[in-house]
Amino acid sequence: MPESSEHTITRDEVAHLADLARIDLTDAELDHLAPQLSVILESIASIQGVAGDDVPPTSHTLPMTNVFRDDVVRPGLTAEEALSGAPEVEQQRFKVPRILGDEQ
Amino acid sequence: MSARGADKRTAVELTEALASGETTSVEITSAALDRIGEVDGAVHAFLHVDTDGALRDAAASDARRAAGKSWGPLDGIPIAVKDVLATRGLPTTCGSRILAGWVPPYDATVVARLRAAGLPILGKTNMDEFAMGSSTEHSAWGPSHNPWDLDRIPGGSGGGSAAAVAAYEAPLAIGTDTGGSIRQPAAVTGTIGVKPTYGGISRYGLVSLANSFDQAGPVTRTVLDAALLHDVIGGHDPLDSTSIEEAVPALVEAARRGADGDLTGVRIGVVRELGGEGYQAGVLARFEESVELMTKAGAEVVEVSCPSFVHALATYYLILPAEASSNLARFDAMRYGLRVTPDVARDGAEPSAEDVMRATREAGFGDEVKRRIILGTFALSSGYYDAYYGQAQKVRTLVTRDFEAAFGQADVLVSPTAPTTAFKIGEKVDDPLAMYLNDLATIPANLSGVPGISVPSGLADQDGLPTGVQILAPAMADDRVYRVGAALEALLAQEWGGPLLDQAPALSLLEEGEE
Amino acid sequence: MTETLLSYEDVLARFDPALGLEVHVELNTATKMFCGCPTTFGAEPNTQVCPTCLGLPGSMPVVNAKAVESAIRIGLALNCEIAEWCRFARKNYFYPDMPKNFQTSQYDEPIAFNGYMDVEVDGETYRVGIERAHMEEDTGKSTHIGTTGRIHGADYSLVDYNRAGIPLIEIVTKPVLGTGAKAPEVARAYVAQLRDLLLGLGVSDVRMEQGSLRCDVNLSLAPKSSVEPVERRPEPVEGTTLGIRTETKNVNSLRSVERATRYEMQRHAAVLSEGGKVLQETRHWHEDTGVTTSGREKSDAEDYRYFPEPDLVPVAPSREWVEQLRTELPEPPHARRARLQTEWGFSDLEMRDTVGAGALGLVEETIAAGTAPQAARKWWLGELARRANESETELAALGVTPADVARVQALVDEGTLNDKLARQVFDGLLAGEGTPDEIVAARGLAIVSDEGALGTAVDHAIAANPDVADKIRDGKVAAAGALIGAVMKEMQGQADANRVRELILERLT
Repeated sequence: MPESSEHTITRDEVAHLADLARIDLTDAELDHLAPQLSVILESIASIQGVAGDDVPPTSHTLPMTNVFRDDVVRPGLTAEEALSGAPEVEQQRFKVPRILGDEQ
Repeated sequence: MSARGADKRTAVELTEALASGETTSVEITSAALDRIGEVDGAVHAFLHVDTDGALRDAAASDARRAAGKSWGPLDGIPIAVKDVLATRGLPTTCGSRILAGWVPPYDATVVARLRAAGLPILGKTNMDEFAMGSSTEHSAWGPSHNPWDLDRIPGGSGGGSAAAVAAYEAPLAIGTDTGGSIRQPAAVTGTIGVKPTYGGISRYGLVSLANSFDQAGPVTRTVLDAALLHDVIGGHDPLDSTSIEEAVPALVEAARRGADGDLTGVRIGVVRELGGEGYQAGVLARFEESVELMTKAGAEVVEVSCPSFVHALATYYLILPAEASSNLARFDAMRYGLRVTPDVARDGAEPSAEDVMRATREAGFGDEVKRRIILGTFALSSGYYDAYYGQAQKVRTLVTRDFEAAFGQADVLVSPTAPTTAFKIGEKVDDPLAMYLNDLATIPANLSGVPGISVPSGLADQDGLPTGVQILAPAMADDRVYRVGAALEALLAQEWGGPLLDQAPALSLLEEGEE
Repeated sequence: MTETLLSYEDVLARFDPALGLEVHVELNTATKMFCGCPTTFGAEPNTQVCPTCLGLPGSMPVVNAKAVESAIRIGLALNCEIAEWCRFARKNYFYPDMPKNFQTSQYDEPIAFNGYMDVEVDGETYRVGIERAHMEEDTGKSTHIGTTGRIHGADYSLVDYNRAGIPLIEIVTKPVLGTGAKAPEVARAYVAQLRDLLLGLGVSDVRMEQGSLRCDVNLSLAPKSSVEPVERRPEPVEGTTLGIRTETKNVNSLRSVERATRYEMQRHAAVLSEGGKVLQETRHWHEDTGVTTSGREKSDAEDYRYFPEPDLVPVAPSREWVEQLRTELPEPPHARRARLQTEWGFSDLEMRDTVGAGALGLVEETIAAGTAPQAARKWWLGELARRANESETELAALGVTPADVARVQALVDEGTLNDKLARQVFDGLLAGEGTPDEIVAARGLAIVSDEGALGTAVDHAIAANPDVADKIRDGKVAAAGALIGAVMKEMQGQADANRVRELILERLT
C-alpha cells in the first residue's frame, strides 16, 4: 500500500502505467504527465477517509439484479460486416502482426 | 442560399406545419442542410453530414405522411446525432483519430429508435475526444464554436450538438451526458439539454466513457421539444442490462402542464453546496432571478444541504478514468480503426502486435485521453484500488444518500448549471483541473443517476453570454424536470418577450460581414 | 530444451507435492455468455459474431440465463455454496484474441465457492477441495502463420472470433495435499471424475480434444521436514507452508494431466535438490515430447486491474431457484458408481479398474446397448485399453463407440465371430473401415460353419498328428487342444473352436 499522505506519481510510475495501458508515450509526454497527474491526484485524493468502513460501495446506481437473456440465438453480423473495419483481412480472419508472449 | 435565412421554428411548430401540409420533410431537411452549408464552416458543429441519407429519409417520411401512415409525432423532423453513438453506414469517430474512418455495421438503440420514428439524420456532431472534456477543444478534428461568440467554446463534451441547435442547423439533436456533457453545453449556448434518469435511455451503441454515468438525452430549443424527443428514444431495451423496465413517465404531458407557468405547491430545493465560491457573479445573479420568478409562480423554495457534493468532483475523476481506461482498451488496431506500424520494433524484429498497439494508441489518442487512461490505470492498479477506486465508490453512496435526504425536503433541486459562461477557446485547454471545474454542479446527478435539465436563465452582465439553471429530480421522476423546466422557460420568456436565443447575434450576417 | 529430472522415488523420498487444478469448461449453451450468437463448433471463421462478442465500440453484454443456471448446477454438484449475490468483473489485459482487451469474468465474488469432490484412486478416497467455480467468457482463436506454425517465430496471425464469448466455467481446486506418490493419478482421476460429473449434468460436451474442457496443473513441492536439511528447503510462499508453484497449461488429455504432473514433480525436485529456486511461472506441456517448457514469468507486473463490470447488474439467485436446481441434480457420481457396481455384479477391483480407466460411461452405454456386463468390461478394459495405450489416446477418443462394441459382442454371441475375429473387427474399426457388419463382410471374417470344409481340416489334423490322435483315443481328451490349434491354423482362425472340438471327439472317441 502507498503512503496515504503521498499522492505523487513518479515518472517511472507513469512509464509503468503507460506500459500496462499499451501506450508508447514519448519522453516529453512522460516528463509532462508525471507532475500533471500528481497535481490531479493531489486534488482528488481528498476523498480518502471521507467514507467510513460502514459505507457500502456503489457500483450500480440502479437497485437491479438478475437481468438475463433467454438462451436463444439472435442474428448477428455477416463475416463481411464483421471484417468491414479491419485494417487487414486474410482467409476471412483478422490479420494481425505477430503476437508476442504465450499461447492463450 | 442565405436568402432563406435560418429556420427558427421549434420541432413542435415544424410538426404542425407538416400536419397542415404547409411544408414537407424534404423542405425542412433541405433548409437544415442549407443552413449547415452556410454556417458550419464557422461553427464546426458537424463532423459528418449525410446529405443524401437525410434527404432520402425525408422523402420517405413525406411519402408515409401522404399515405396517412406517419410513424409518430416527430416523423420527418431532422436531427443531429453526437458522434459517440454508433450509426450503421455513417462514420462514427467519437472525436478521435483512433476511430478515423470507422463505419459501424450496426445502429445504437437510440439511433435505431430515431430511424424507426422517421427522423432523418442530418449527420454526426463534434465532441471532445471520447467525451472527455467540457469545451470540444479535445476533439481530434478541431473545436466547435459557440454561435453566441465564435471565439468561445460551446461547452462539452457535446458542444457540437448544442452548437448545431443554437445555430439553427438542426431543430433537434442527441447528446450524451457523463458529467454534464448535455447540460453544460446547453447552459453556455442558450439551449435546452436533458440528462434522463440513468437507465431510462438505452446505452447500447453509445461508445462508453464511464458506463455507470453515461446517459444519452435530448438537446433542443424548447422543453416541450425535448419531451417529445425523449419519448422517442426512451424506454426499456433488452440489449442494455442496465435499462429500466418500468415505463417512462408522461413527459410531454408534464411539459405541456408546466407551460402554464404555475408552480403552486411545488417544493424547490436550492442546493447550498452548488453555488457561491467558484461561480461567476453573472451566473449567480441570473440563477437567483430564476428562483425568485419560480417563487412568485407559487413554488415553495427551501435551502437544502448536500455536504458530500463537495467530494463529487474528486469521486467522478477517480471512477471515470478507471472505467474509461478499461473501455478504451479495445482500441488496439487489431479489428477496426487506426493502425500505426512503428518503423523499428523494440527487439529489432518485425513489429509485433504489441508494438503496433502501443504505437497506434500513442498516435491515435489525444493528450486528455492519454492523461485519463494513465490516471484510471493507476486508480485500478493493485495496491491503489481500495484507496482510490474503492473509496470513490463509497463516496458515491454518500452522494446518493444526500440526494435522498434532499428529495425528502423538495420535489426538485435547483442550481446554476455551469459555474461560468462560455470561456475563450484555448483559455483552459492546458489546465485540466480548471477544465474539470466546469462540471462541478452537473456531476452529482451522474454519480447518483438522477435526471436533470438545463434551461437558459439569461445573459451574464459581465460578458452578455448565456447562463443556465439546472433542475434535478429523483430517479424515475423525469416528468418533474419537464414540468418545472417548462414553467421556468415560460416565466422567463414572458420576461424577455421570447426565447433567449432570439437575442443571439445573427450568424449568417456575421458570416457576410466576414466575407 | 532438456531439463534435469529427479527420479520419481527420490522425489517422494524428499518432498511432498501440493496439487492445484484449474479446469475451464465450455458450456454447451445454444448462445454465448453475453450475446445471442450461436456456439456451434467448427463454423466458418467470423460467422458467429455480433457487435458484442467482437467488442465493437458501444456494444453491451447481457447475461445468458442458461449459463447462470449451468454454473449453479455445477456448483451444487461440487458441493459448493451458491452466492446469494455476486457480480461480474473485468480482468484487464491486452491480447489480440480478446476483443475488448478485458475478459468479463468474476473476481472476488464467484457464483459458487467452498465445495469438494471425493476422488477415488486405487480404492482410496481423496477429498479435493473446490475453492470456487466462476463464470467467464472464452477468447477468439488465433492461427499463427509462418514456418513454425506456432506462436514463436510466426510472421503474423489470423484471428477468428467465433469462439469469443462462449461461456466458460472455471473450476479451481484448493491446494490438494497428502497425495504423495499418487499425486499424478489423483490429478488425473479428479479431471476424469469431473468430466463424468459434467457429462452427467449435461452442461458441456467436455471434449478435451476440442478444447471444451481445458486443464491447468499447478504444482509445488514442500520438503519432507525430516529428510531435507533446513538450508536446502525450497523457499516457502509467504503466509503458507507451500513451495513456489508453477502453472502448467495446455494439458489437454487425461493422460497428459498425469504425465505433466509427474514431470513437474521430477523437474521441481531436481531444481530444489541442487539448491536452486523454482521460478513462479507458466509452463507449457508438450504432449508429443512429454516435457514442459517455460512460458511467461509470473510477476507483479501482471496486474489485471479487476473492477466490477459496470455494464452488468449483480446476479442474485433466489434460494428457491437454487433449491429447485438442487432437487433436479442427477445422481452424484459416487452413488452412481455404487448402483452400477451392484447392477453389474462387478467386484471392487473390477469397478475400480473401470473407473480408473475412464471407462465407466463407455461400459454403461455398451451394457445399455445389450451387452452382458462382463463382456462389456472385458472389451473396454482389455483389448481396447491396450490399443488406447499403444496409440497414446484416451479410450473415449479411440474411435470405437459403445454401439460398435455391443454389435461386435452380439456377433460373437450369435456365433458369427470368435474373439480372435472380433479383434480383427476392432482393427477395421480403428482403421475407419465402417461399421462392424461392413467390416465382417469386407474382410470376410465370419466363422466358417461349412461342415465339409471343417471336416476336411479335422481329418488333415488327425492324419498329420497320429500320436496326438492316439492319446485321445486312449481317453486323454485334454490332448484335443493341439489338434484344435492345427485346425484353427488351417482355417485361418475362422472357425468356431467348440465345433472343431466336437468334430475331433466324434471321430476319435
